[in-house]
Amino acid sequence: MNPIPVDAIKNTLADARLQNAIYSSTARLMDKRAHAIEPGAIDDFQGLRTQANAIKRHAIDNLDYYLEELERNVMARGGKVVWCRDAGEAVQFVLQLSREKGVKRIVKSKSMTTEEIDLNEHLEHAQIEVVETDLGEYILQLAHEKPYHIVAPALHKTRYDVADLFTETLKVERVEEPEQQTQVARRVLREKFITADLGITGANFLVADSGAIVLVENEGNARLSSSAPRIQIAIAGLEKIIPRAQDLATFLKVLGRSATGQPLTVYTSFLSGPRRGGEIDGPEEFYLVLMDNGRTRLLADEGKRQSLYCIRCGACLNHCPVYRKIGGHNYPWVYSGPIGAIISPQFHGVTQDPWLPFASSLCGACAEVCPVKIDIPQVLLDLRSDITQAKRKEGAGKWEHRGFRLFSYVMRRPKLYEMASAMAASVFPGSRDKWLRTLPRLLRLPPIAGWLSQRDLPPPPERSFRSLWRERQRAKGGN
Amino acid sequence: MSAREEILTRIRASLGRANATGAPAGLPPARIVIPDVPVERRIEKFTAALEKLNGKVHRATSRDDAREYVARLLNGRTAVTSNAPFLAECGVHSIPNVTAGGSDRLPLRDMCATLDAGITSADYALSDTGSLVMISSNEEARLVSLLPLLHIAVVPLDRLLTGLDELYSILPVPSDRSSSMVFITGPSRTADIEQILVRGVHGPGEIHVVLV
Repeated sequence: MNPIPVDAIKNTLADARLQNAIYSSTARLMDKRAHAIEPGAIDDFQGLRTQANAIKRHAIDNLDYYLEELERNVMARGGKVVWCRDAGEAVQFVLQLSREKGVKRIVKSKSMTTEEIDLNEHLEHAQIEVVETDLGEYILQLAHEKPYHIVAPALHKTRYDVADLFTETLKVERVEEPEQQTQVARRVLREKFITADLGITGANFLVADSGAIVLVENEGNARLSSSAPRIQIAIAGLEKIIPRAQDLATFLKVLGRSATGQPLTVYTSFLSGPRRGGEIDGPEEFYLVLMDNGRTRLLADEGKRQSLYCIRCGACLNHCPVYRKIGGHNYPWVYSGPIGAIISPQFHGVTQDPWLPFASSLCGACAEVCPVKIDIPQVLLDLRSDITQAKRKEGAGKWEHRGFRLFSYVMRRPKLYEMASAMAASVFPGSRDKWLRTLPRLLRLPPIAGWLSQRDLPPPPERSFRSLWRERQRAKGGN
Repeated sequence: MSAREEILTRIRASLGRANATGAPAGLPPARIVIPDVPVERRIEKFTAALEKLNGKVHRATSRDDAREYVARLLNGRTAVTSNAPFLAECGVHSIPNVTAGGSDRLPLRDMCATLDAGITSADYALSDTGSLVMISSNEEARLVSLLPLLHIAVVPLDRLLTGLDELYSILPVPSDRSSSMVFITGPSRTADIEQILVRGVHGPGEIHVVLV
């Protein structure tokens, strides 16, 4: 059971530069999204969200059927499908294939799923060179850091950080303009693309009726990773499934707009199997890794199953008042923000980071912007309930529970409630805005002190509403 | 039990069924809406959408006009072309320093990596978003529109569709036709450093579409 990383969070809050970076980047992304979904920019965006939700619900409720259909169609087009129960199996497959095929250099395009399984670390350990090719991911690979945001992984880095990093690790002349820095990366990575034996990509969607993966990106690195090397491996969580290519007419319209405010990203690739007879370029071999790694565990609970609808647009992060203060690295796993707060506990078990679902004001902004309409606040509440019950089994929270039972008992009995509030008003002194915190020291011992550190009540009024009402009725001569 | 069997078993157990089922009922119909947009309006929308992304659109009055526009644009720079017959019909190969890419993967790749521009046609264009639809084949290789810093696409007007919905109604299963279909919407770009927009990351930084 990991405690809340209080010190790390305090450091983030105290870092003015970092606060500004998070705040301004997320504000820009929010603004772009808002413009992209205006009625003049797109017809019936809400209808598209409703459709996206309905399709995902159906696909996840029939996951076994669509995965088998996908597999048949990938194989019919000359691709191979590799099922992996967990991270270990997925890593093992990549290592083994690399050895078998004599792979020395791998280019990788951005993929949260490979972050999830620490693929780079394992490959490097096996002395296989692996290069991240998305600019943000490349910066993080050089810095040995994890992504800060689902779609903007290096959101926390300034151009000066990048200048330091490039000078130090690439031994190039120091440049401080993002334009020049991008050219440095283009030059270095171009060489890697041309000489790599294997390209690893993720997949934004798996299309069952077409046996295809869809890659959505702006830089062209996913296109290069899937076109230049002789072998391609796509690693995807099995929840990425959608039934039909025609459903992309819905999903592509909501994904780009929700993520970066783009009607379509610069490149959208629809790929199925290796290159075919007559086609000039493209990989000779194509492998699709379908990874479970905890996903099937999320299926069992009908209420929380919707967590698997996520298409990783990052909109919930940008709009979350908590993410916008604590940033991406204080979440326990690679998935941060509201979506991270609901999927991490379900992947790892609720007791691993029991604080996580509580780190939310339940303001509901995430649910309002989610392109597939995941009710994140409701799932957070369900998880809170799971965690509280798990804790109670361990005997924790006993006093809180008793306190609430007493509270509930009193609240259901009007006479008793009235007596209790009259007593409270007369017994405890209180300032206007704080009350319980002014309790006599004796009553503020643990566990009450801990509970009160973040909660209080306004002081009860001298006269209750009930007594004022009775008086008024009497004065009017009524009863 | 193989990983495949175990995963499928886990899924079925979680969904409360013992065995595989047939095609499930209840799949909502695909949401495909194709508006009726006259060609002039489609051209306007395509141009506006692509220019917003810093792409350039030229409306050629004839194939000769298209060739002359491309020649002016290249202004002596080197270029590799795809095998699209429409490019030959426009006489693009008569422009100085323009080389036909051919069908050999490695020589073609090297040309794409070293020459200044890549010239292709496109299977379709989408007016809503200013996108080109590139389907990999013996006519169009993947790398011609990807490796050079400048991409020029010469596209007959009758391939200009309204948008995604129309495309997916024409190609309901795109993988029946090719292993790769790519939408290109503007020049390659990134905003990974301080959200500052930079064009020409791994793909072309400049894109010109000639509608003929």
